[in-house]
Amino acid sequence: MARMKFLCDADRCIECNACVTACKNENDVPWGINRRRVVTINDGKPGERSISMACMHCTDAPCAAVCPVDCFYVTVDKVVLHSKDLCIGCGYCFYACPFGAPQYPKVGNFGSRGKMDKCTFCAGGPEADLSPAEFQKYGSNRLAEGKLPLCAEMCSTKSLLAGDGDIIARIYKERVVKRGYGSGAWGWKTAYKETVAI
Amino acid sequence: MLIKRKSADASRGKLQAALGGLSSGVMDRRSFLRRSGLVAGGLAVAGSIQIGAVRKAEAAGFGPATGTKVVKNICTHCSVGCTVKAEVANGVWVGQEPAWESPINRGTHCAKGASVRELVHGDRRIKYPMKLVEGQWTKISWEQAISEIGDKMLEIRAKSGADSAYLLGSAKFSNEGAYLFRKFAAFWGTNNVDHQARICHSTTVAGVANTWGYGAMTNSYNDIRNAKTVIFMGSNAAEAHPVSMQHILAGKEINRANVIVFDPRMTRTAAHATEYVRFRSGTDIAVIWGMMWHIFKNGWEDKEFISQRVYGMADALKEIEKYDPKTVEDITGIPEAQLKRSAETFAKVKPATFIWCMGVTQHTVGTANVRAICTLLLATGNVGGMGNGANIFRGHCNVQGATDMGLDVGNLPLYYGLVEGAWRHWGRVWDVSYDYLQSRFDEVPAKGGRPARNRKANMETSGHTSTRWFDAASLPAEQVDQKDNLKAMIVFGHGGNTIPRIPDSVKALEKLDLLVVADPHPTNFVSLAKRKNGTYLLPVATQFECDGSRTCSNRSIQWGEKVVEPIFESANDYWVIYKLAEKLGFAGDMFKNIQMIKGKYGMEPQPESVLREINRGGWSSGYTGQSPERLKLHMQHQDKFDLVTLRGAKGSPVENDFYGLPWPCWGTPEMKHPGTHVLYDTSLEPINGGGAFRPRFGVTREETRADGSKVNVTLLAEGSWPKGSEIRDGYPEFTMGILKRLGWDKDLTPAEAATINSIGGNNPDGVSWAVDLSGGIQRVALMHGCVPFGNGKARANAWNLPDPIPTHREPIYTPRVDLVAKWPARPDERSLRIPNLHTTFQKAAIEKGVAKNFPIILTSGRLVEYEGGGEETRSNKWLAELQQDMFVEISPDDANARGIKDGQFVWVSGPENNSKTRVKALVTERVGKGVAWMPFHFGGFYQGVDQRGNYPKGTDPIVLGESVNTVTTYGYDPVTGMHEGKVTLVQIAAA
Repeated sequence: MARMKFLCDADRCIECNACVTACKNENDVPWGINRRRVVTINDGKPGERSISMACMHCTDAPCAAVCPVDCFYVTVDKVVLHSKDLCIGCGYCFYACPFGAPQYPKVGNFGSRGKMDKCTFCAGGPEADLSPAEFQKYGSNRLAEGKLPLCAEMCSTKSLLAGDGDIIARIYKERVVKRGYGSGAWGWKTAYKETVAI
Repeated sequence: MLIKRKSADASRGKLQAALGGLSSGVMDRRSFLRRSGLVAGGLAVAGSIQIGAVRKAEAAGFGPATGTKVVKNICTHCSVGCTVKAEVANGVWVGQEPAWESPINRGTHCAKGASVRELVHGDRRIKYPMKLVEGQWTKISWEQAISEIGDKMLEIRAKSGADSAYLLGSAKFSNEGAYLFRKFAAFWGTNNVDHQARICHSTTVAGVANTWGYGAMTNSYNDIRNAKTVIFMGSNAAEAHPVSMQHILAGKEINRANVIVFDPRMTRTAAHATEYVRFRSGTDIAVIWGMMWHIFKNGWEDKEFISQRVYGMADALKEIEKYDPKTVEDITGIPEAQLKRSAETFAKVKPATFIWCMGVTQHTVGTANVRAICTLLLATGNVGGMGNGANIFRGHCNVQGATDMGLDVGNLPLYYGLVEGAWRHWGRVWDVSYDYLQSRFDEVPAKGGRPARNRKANMETSGHTSTRWFDAASLPAEQVDQKDNLKAMIVFGHGGNTIPRIPDSVKALEKLDLLVVADPHPTNFVSLAKRKNGTYLLPVATQFECDGSRTCSNRSIQWGEKVVEPIFESANDYWVIYKLAEKLGFAGDMFKNIQMIKGKYGMEPQPESVLREINRGGWSSGYTGQSPERLKLHMQHQDKFDLVTLRGAKGSPVENDFYGLPWPCWGTPEMKHPGTHVLYDTSLEPINGGGAFRPRFGVTREETRADGSKVNVTLLAEGSWPKGSEIRDGYPEFTMGILKRLGWDKDLTPAEAATINSIGGNNPDGVSWAVDLSGGIQRVALMHGCVPFGNGKARANAWNLPDPIPTHREPIYTPRVDLVAKWPARPDERSLRIPNLHTTFQKAAIEKGVAKNFPIILTSGRLVEYEGGGEETRSNKWLAELQQDMFVEISPDDANARGIKDGQFVWVSGPENNSKTRVKALVTERVGKGVAWMPFHFGGFYQGVDQRGNYPKGTDPIVLGESVNTVTTYGYDPVTGMHEGKVTLVQIAAA
């Protein structure tokens, strides 16, 4: 089986935010929830680089390890998903996540967070594939349609890669060899306990 | 707070009020779902994200919907021309998929392109026609709107003349809409017709056309993959044209290309450059001449290219002599070594391309800036080949096409100008008499010491530019060179906040008798005006709601298919223009050869038929071969085109064609000319897309030698010709007379000869390739391997322009007043119907000590999330969330000196009209000391006051903010009236 991963080529990312609005568009994500965002370091200075970030679908995901109601599960493609029916909105996963991926709609009074929401790798949720219930709670299920996450598919400079880890690592390696530089597969060590060797 | 690039989290609560009812009243996915009976009860888990519909579910076979249809259109934002693939179910646009097959974007988008679906769900759109009744917005019907607007226009015409109505069109029109709007102006009888090209690349068009023939990008985005050196100047493609960066970064990686960014601000593009060169705003000519100084001193120029294909380089050198490294460093701030390195790279690591945008064009010396860059390209032989060229990235999705269609104060469609021959040509195409067209124009009485103009002279006089419409409304009538001041603004798809001196336009808005805004969104014209009556809002659809073609920056033309019917009570441009023409009484003549089809509100012009009329008349720029059938075939076979050469694959239905038949695409569609990917390329046969520089300015020019004797110097190419040419040297444009001299007239068919003779009347020999409606002259010239427009030299000396050789001129509001004596602004002059007082304003600024009281240079630019005036994109919830505040970038030094902290409100005040804006400070090293930068997309706040209430209810954009143009100032290019948008002086203080 494929092992799905994200890889953002920081030497190509121009912070155009296509990934962000593509995600909103595809999953009808409401105002205030950001499943994906672009982070810029050294903003406005020499060496400025941007990286598109979302849930990385980690190996041994820390969110799953701390969840008190065990709402996380991993698909055959190694995509980390969760059940909103089980989620109690405790926020532990947010503290555990090294990437700041979990989002909360902040519904109601008394500071309640509401059910956690995050990037699904466009793979829906526990409900039946492509069912109305799945779409309503989790958004699109492109994997079930044989497609990849729209954020990566629409990336303006083809910086954000999504797909089988071996394949996207190979694409990235070829790029780095050809152009002679690369900032590395950011976040891979943390998420996947490995890196892309060039 | 969420100001640019700083905080990653959206501020949630802040815009809750503005967001109220974000999804009410529209057929969004939720209501779609509800109506299709698909919502299962009890699914809406509290706290789950509030998702609407079941697109994927439906697509997979749930529910009653009859499957999803895929429609291809083109993104309506920048000029890159990304294909948008829309999934439509039951008439609702339910999803966007990547269009992998497009050779331009290969599936990708930027933030704007990835969110266009929202535009046709947009509950912030104008929903029905409205008018102001004693300051209250009142719903009216289309019939009432057209009838009242028409009556008022006719009343103004009777009293003040046709020129008193300003017809401001749009770069958002399709080609067909733009053409109809220009034709509408001709039939109404005015040249006061313009669009956004005025404020984006008018100086490019003037500068480039005056150098080598056509005012357009010479190569393409894809072709930049071939470049070994890329210079950006005043262009921030990473934000303004993000998808172009796919090609540029690929070229940078594959060729290890040098990417050098010249900009006062270290942009997102600069972050990906191999070298960033900071310089002072408004000193572009000194930068370019400084590079040229090094090039010629070191012999890096392309001597063969210059001798064969360039006129007047020696004249340019006389000026360049003045720009020694010390002088240039003093003016521009660029260290000598860095500029020399850039010059050497550009001259020696070839092919090298030069990319520029509004950082170059929006200046009082915009045309001269462009001319200087063209001269640099010519000196280094970097035009007319793969990987080189003047890659001018245009701004809007169809600003190239709308320019081509003559939405311009000085042109009929396809750059025919306004001379009698041009009017006669279009009269023949339109099948109306020259006398009729002339009768529509005003007679202008003598005033202000100027002689009177009869109708003929007035129809040949360029109109007012959009940059100064408010001056045309407010200046004393005597100073305005037409029958009367402006009384009516008819604005189709143009923002009000994109032009400097907003305080002056606010005053003028109150003076108008009639203001019509026809747009999907109300625009700043509405929010700024304190009008009570005589104001109409017409809901016009986006290009996703109609069929039509649009021309991207690289001259490729793409056909977009209607995705959905115009939403709410919107109507498309075609129908609205038709109804207005009908009301004004000239629809019969104007649409006599255009087929009408059944539309949303009755009969409307068919865009295919309009394009065919353009094809019938567009000989001068090769807009004749792009029939709707050929364009649709290209859209259908996008995957058959090569990514780099844009050539159609062998054996495919589009074999040999260049993608989108980039103009010039010579001859009739049946001739199957492939279009021209790279302009002026002599390595290809003209019939196969090759070309040469266009000799537009005569065949010879008289020059005076040092001893005072006169000599005629040729303006035709010497020893250079396109591949396969039977004339192996330069030659002038083709006319019937020239064909006869060459004995090639025998190759004309009898039908072609008959057409030429009927056009020529007594003088058939005078019929040129540009007015021959049969296309015979073009066909025969091409058959003999020749370019119809001739084979000439490009001009380093454009003697007909105000500054024939560009010279550095200090901006009107310069911080370097010590340089003004040596490099002054141009003397006061009159151009384009009104005074242009460069010197008066510069002197006044110095006398008032503006540089002391307003010590910071203010420049402006784009954000990736927004476009143009921004009403449309600021109304899009997915984009608005990403940029919620107007801000000013200020350097840490300047901020510290003023006690300004990052994120706090500041007042940015300008030197005219006591103007001021209240915005947030973004303290960043992105701008240098003494420089501030503001984005230009905001509106809806004016001098600290929230104007949300001025919008009709429910049409206010989600995000509002101060417009930078409230504080920008006077200054206009003498050739095109382009405003000075990039250099003014401001003071910043904590609010």
